[in-house]
Amino acid sequence: MSESIALPLPAQHSRIAGATSESPLVKSLLIGTALIFLAVFLFLPVLAVFYEAFKKGAAVYFAALVEPDAWSAIKLTLLIAAIAVPLNLVFGVAAAWAIAKFDFRGKQLLITLIDLPFSVSPVMAGLIYVLIFGAQGWLGPWLSEHDVKVIFALPGIVLATVFITFPFVARELIPLMQAQGNEEEEAAIVLGASGWRTFWHVTLPNIKWGLLYGVILCNARAMGEFGAVSVVSGHIRGLTNTMPLHVEILYNEYNFAAAFAVASLLALLALVTLVLKSIVEWKTRESVSDLSPEPVQK
Amino acid sequence: MSISVRNIAKRFGDFVALDNVSLDFPSGELTALLGPSGCGKTTLLRIIAGLEVADGGSVLLDGEDASSQSVRERQVGFVFQHYALFRHMTVFENVAFGLTVKPRAERPGKAQIAHKVHELLKLVQLDWLADRYPSQLSGGQRQRIALARALAVEPKVLLLDEPFGALDAKVRKELRRWLRRLHDELHVTSIFVTHDQEEALEVADRVVVMNHGHVEQEGSPQDVYDNPASPFVYGFLGSVNLFHGRVHGDTLKVGGHELELDAHTLAPGDPAIGFARPHELDIRRPGEGLADGLPARVLRVLPLGASVRLELALADDGQIIEAEIGRSRLRELALTEGETVLVLPASVRVFPAPAAADKAVQPR
Repeated sequence: MSESIALPLPAQHSRIAGATSESPLVKSLLIGTALIFLAVFLFLPVLAVFYEAFKKGAAVYFAALVEPDAWSAIKLTLLIAAIAVPLNLVFGVAAAWAIAKFDFRGKQLLITLIDLPFSVSPVMAGLIYVLIFGAQGWLGPWLSEHDVKVIFALPGIVLATVFITFPFVARELIPLMQAQGNEEEEAAIVLGASGWRTFWHVTLPNIKWGLLYGVILCNARAMGEFGAVSVVSGHIRGLTNTMPLHVEILYNEYNFAAAFAVASLLALLALVTLVLKSIVEWKTRESVSDLSPEPVQK
Repeated sequence: MSISVRNIAKRFGDFVALDNVSLDFPSGELTALLGPSGCGKTTLLRIIAGLEVADGGSVLLDGEDASSQSVRERQVGFVFQHYALFRHMTVFENVAFGLTVKPRAERPGKAQIAHKVHELLKLVQLDWLADRYPSQLSGGQRQRIALARALAVEPKVLLLDEPFGALDAKVRKELRRWLRRLHDELHVTSIFVTHDQEEALEVADRVVVMNHGHVEQEGSPQDVYDNPASPFVYGFLGSVNLFHGRVHGDTLKVGGHELELDAHTLAPGDPAIGFARPHELDIRRPGEGLADGLPARVLRVLPLGASVRLELALADDGQIIEAEIGRSRLRELALTEGETVLVLPASVRVFPAPAAADKAVQPR
């Protein structure tokens, strides 16, 4: 008896749920659409990459990865990420610091400029560097006189990658640092801490999750960039081919198994990035919720 | 340590935050900087701390010009309105911060720091929270930790920016009393900024009332409340009734009636505004006693605790005034809403009406 009285209650609650809630039909329709869309356009292609990569067996798969040209592409990609990401880490923190903590002339311009790589086509980004450093470019004659190779060599690829990836860290940090304000830094300085100490002990711990998030995204893009790198690299096998470029070459040679094997590494990188990203996002949300001036009253 | 500021000026773009402010804060006293928001009180506090640089003037700490000293050298304790606790550090680490960042030569040992921190946490009665993080504390607890942190470096001056501004009314009242007791124990020269007149009057030894970047009045809480130096101070400290009229000898002519005035320096015939606080108004029934009063109609009778607030409309111009009388007096009068009574201010201070003040400045 008591059960039959207790049961209907939750149902009544759901009927008078919030004003913005929809009927179950609309709800499932919306969720279904989103899920089908994801499956067709995201999940299926990722699955296809791994399917194609392993189609001819694991032996072929691993052989394709240790093949000298593929291996050198992997190493080059890691090297470029290892140079570009720290550079953008330093730049991103400096830019975000300047924008969030100081008022200066041209601040709005700086914010706009940081977004520039997002709005410019990657091919353009590559071409800019060819125009400046290429044989026919502004600095070309001077560079070849001094025997410095930028275009069709490592420096050019690094430059293009840095250009493409530099908004990620700064964009992530600016809103976070603006939300946190200056007060903690001021408190540290009044208590006698030097600027350097304040940065290491107060500012950095407060932004570490946001920073990591920016670095993860920056790294994913640095390793996956195709357009800009394609323009400046020259596609020299075993020398200036990054992983995405190598995939394209293999594919054009109808070497599908090898192409998909290398591509599967990039896909794997994407999956790892996603997992890390969700973990860090969750942590960031925690550190931002600490910001609320008044806690839950006990 | 005594603090003096001399001719401090500060503007933000077109906005004048401080206009030639000079003040003295004697050693060991607790002073309140009181004023509405935007009056420059927080800016002044930040300039004294060294967090903000004045456009002109100087800050003297113990008689010495501190203008060339950086924030770190000034040895001030600063408590921020929103506490500014380091959110990734425990309460213990927060309070210890000022000691751990000292240069190696001056830094106390680990055990000494721990001892000192626990002493301070006991002082603010939160010893049991040492291992918590700021996000786990209530607002009042955070504020007390912020105070302990500021005191850890043994500052010569304690500056508090709206220390209770973000707290609810009950906690605020408790902390106010607690701050007063703490100050009586420590006797550190302290300045706190507030927009709450009740808080300033209750806690401070001295009150400085500020408005539009300059000092309106300074003095003891009693003094500024009882003898406001300007219409602004009158209006800002407690509620007040205004009577527009003309000076006539020792009286103010309001409509066809005369109100007796306190001592004043206005010339006869000058337009003036009389100020009287609600509790300074006496209410009589017409015909009771001999004195003349302003006829007014009783709009509402609001019993509030020990006293009763009356809302009245003056018969002459319909202006609303407030009076506060004792409960026994109300029983004597047996007032009902809607009837007409006589309002008789026990004390009226006059200030020139704004138009007259302008005329006085411009020589003809």
